[in-house]
Amino acid sequence: MASVVPVKDKKLLEVKLGELPSWILMRDFSPSGIFGAFQRGYYRYYNKYINVKKGSISGITMVLACYVLFSYSFSYKHLKTPAGRSWAISEGNSQEGVV
Amino acid sequence: MNESLFTPFITPTVLGLPAAVLVILFPPLLIPTSKHFINNRLIIIQQWLIRLILKQMMTTHNAKGRTWSLMLTSLIIFIASTNLLGLLPYSFTPTTQLSMNLAMAIPLWASTVAMGLRFKAKITLTHLLPQGTPTPLIPMLIIIETVSLFIQPLALAVRLTANITAGHLLMHLIGSSALAMLAINLPLTLITLTILTLLTILETAIALIQAYVFTLLVSLYLHDNS
Repeated sequence: MASVVPVKDKKLLEVKLGELPSWILMRDFSPSGIFGAFQRGYYRYYNKYINVKKGSISGITMVLACYVLFSYSFSYKHLKTPAGRSWAISEGNSQEGVV
Repeated sequence: MNESLFTPFITPTVLGLPAAVLVILFPPLLIPTSKHFINNRLIIIQQWLIRLILKQMMTTHNAKGRTWSLMLTSLIIFIASTNLLGLLPYSFTPTTQLSMNLAMAIPLWASTVAMGLRFKAKITLTHLLPQGTPTPLIPMLIIIETVSLFIQPLALAVRLTANITAGHLLMHLIGSSALAMLAINLPLTLITLTILTLLTILETAIALIQAYVFTLLVSLYLHDNS
């Protein structure tokens, strides 16, 4: 099924499901392409939430919330409680030293 | 116990790559620039803040010292934003790493000393001896003043590291003790939570103050030497 507009130039929501792999492969993955993608994403968020006449605090709070989730995912491996040592108080352990 | 207490201070890595660079580069994203005359609220607040900082910091310097304005303003904004972001849960604060603070302190201090020696060599050397010392004490005092000069960058770096690290650690300890006591003794938990709230307010203040102190001292060394 040939499309009227070339697949490469379509936005993501307009790409049909069968064309998705070829769309992904045709994106620009060079460093300047990736940088351009980040820049476009940044300005899209900035112009929608911050660069408005009556921007509220939610514009920056969303960024900070994402930052917290991002840091949590980074430190998840360290945060998993090591086996055999939990901070839960159990019945017979009140004598054990913490250190 | 050691591992779980100091894990917030481990530099984050992704498959062995240091992701600390990304964390250090994050605060500038929150500080947009603008070419317009009338801006959105975020930029207006930040521009007001920067003007306030600039006026406070740079009025005491002469023309030569004012060439440092950009450096000192960006320094205080960087340290303040990094410290404040570190108060969020699970975040990594780069200023807790001594390596980074030394990397900030030593070049700045060394450049103030180099500036002094280059432009006012005699006066810089005479600063090593306070006025009005009795003659027999002079050799010892020069040694003491030289040592105190060389300790300045170390003190700058260690002061920042120790303050921020100690604050984070204290909050961790009190928080985990409040959590552990929730099952045992409820009033004590409430008291501990109050202490935690107060501590958080203190930490916010300290985050800002440390930034200020760091920059102020660098500017002081600059004033002496410019």
